[in-house]
Amino acid sequence: MSAGARSYVPHTDAERQEMLARIGVESVQDLFQAVPAAYRFPKVRLPDPVSEPEILAELRALADDNLDVQRTACFLGAGAYNHFVPSVVGHITGRSEFYTAYTPYQPEISQGTLQSIFEYQTMICALTDMEVSNASHYDGATAMAEAVIMAHSISRGKRTKVVLSPTIHPEYRDTVRTYTQGMGLTLVGDESLRNDLASLVGLVDDETACLIVQTPDFLGRILDLEGVADAVHARKALLVVACDPISLGMLRPPGDFGADIVVGDGQALGNPISYGGPSLGFFTCREEHVRRMAGRLVGQTVDNQDRTGYVLTLATREQHIRRERATSNICTNQGLNALAAAVYLAAMGKCGLAHVARLCYHRAHYAAQQIAQLEGYQMVSSAPFFKEFVVRCPIPVEELNDTLLSEYDILGGYDLGQVYPELQNAMLLCVTEMNTVDQIHELVDALEEAAL
Amino acid sequence: MTIQVDPRCLYTKTHEWIRVEDEIAYCGITDYAQEQLSDIVYVEMPEPGDSFAQGEVYSVVESVKAASDCYLPVAGEIAEINEELEESPDLVNSDPYGDGWFVQILIEDTDELSKLMSPEAYRAYVERLEAEGEH
Repeated sequence: MSAGARSYVPHTDAERQEMLARIGVESVQDLFQAVPAAYRFPKVRLPDPVSEPEILAELRALADDNLDVQRTACFLGAGAYNHFVPSVVGHITGRSEFYTAYTPYQPEISQGTLQSIFEYQTMICALTDMEVSNASHYDGATAMAEAVIMAHSISRGKRTKVVLSPTIHPEYRDTVRTYTQGMGLTLVGDESLRNDLASLVGLVDDETACLIVQTPDFLGRILDLEGVADAVHARKALLVVACDPISLGMLRPPGDFGADIVVGDGQALGNPISYGGPSLGFFTCREEHVRRMAGRLVGQTVDNQDRTGYVLTLATREQHIRRERATSNICTNQGLNALAAAVYLAAMGKCGLAHVARLCYHRAHYAAQQIAQLEGYQMVSSAPFFKEFVVRCPIPVEELNDTLLSEYDILGGYDLGQVYPELQNAMLLCVTEMNTVDQIHELVDALEEAAL
Repeated sequence: MTIQVDPRCLYTKTHEWIRVEDEIAYCGITDYAQEQLSDIVYVEMPEPGDSFAQGEVYSVVESVKAASDCYLPVAGEIAEINEELEESPDLVNSDPYGDGWFVQILIEDTDELSKLMSPEAYRAYVERLEAEGEH
């Protein structure tokens, strides 16, 4: 160990000798005998040290090769969305009192952190029209996986079938499969895009723990959930709905349709699209199921002098108390991202969020209308949509995206042929309030020219 | 404070009791258990019709301090659950052998009762635990 490294390790040489003697070896090096000598202490070939200004210049040059949405028109969505992040979000989350991703280990001493989580939970409940929200999961995909585990647990492990819509985000479905490995669950429904909502409801039987749908779905379409909860509840199964929180600024919330668990990705709420994360998953449920919910939960209470205070509540569900019988092994929340979501929602307010949602909706519809008039391009569906829509293109999407990027500085849409064989040459385009009308015109012109 | 031991019950080392009344047996947790757990806030119940082996977990009791598994003293089928506990889990604290019962079961094999502790044996067991705890 170098002298530098040693200064960070609390053990003295005497203590180290005592430990080595106890286990019967001469030196620390002897502990690595199992590793072949040639690989034991390989030479690390690093470049010579450079000064701080030099290294900053080098890193800046590397960063300049990146593409970012400040300088490029972005029409890519598919789960991560380019929405405006008000400056206040960074100012609050950057404060040293908040700037840690962790719930404090002695949580009740950090009333400000707990209050911010409580506010987050309250606003997420209001947005989804649900009764209880936890303090968040890693992302929308893991929140959905936890919803499956919870639905299975609510059935006391007796119901082992899960019906998944094929138009749930493909990575969410992958994550559900990864999380539930070894639980003996059967996941059905997402084999083909032909499985529409009615046929998915038809798959729900007395063995089914839950039906999961996403709205707006992965193809951007708004699902009509009227009557779905009743049909699912008639089989004593649960309805799990994943949704885009921004869409709730104008659409009827899943809670109002009778959903039992509502999840989704909260990145769109005040978090940047920074190369795939970090994100946050929101998770809400009906109060009757709260003891089966995973994750941390902050509650409001009063102290012995009647002053409002905040506590971690129902912690007996969690792994540090209930051990192997906890509702989940993952109780990590995305505290800082959840705080950003809370600040975003507070800053936008009801009217602001509705305004963002309407801007997305109208601009997306304007773009769709313009693109549908182009030679060789067709809208794939006539279903109502929110901010994303599918366009059948005259040339392969990959080729089209290369041209859009290299010649027009436009980040094109998602290539749906990658995940749905039925949707070859189909592009999922996303339009948000960040896309100006000029950008939409540039996209339309570029699509026209690129197809020639 | 003295720990109450109901002379009509049989006991497990994990502090559950069972009281046989004709065809049916009542099950719950002991006075010692409720005192160790302190304020009980929730009792997770099985469903009537569920069957459990002797010593199998059939319920989870949650207090302000901890969540603990409860084991069925003998194999049997759940005949009835105490629905009062849903609204008033504190009955387990105030009346562990009475209104704080958890479930009624149909015993599968009455021979298994012979493996349980008598009230006297359980009292001695708890007193030993208490004495150890004072060290």
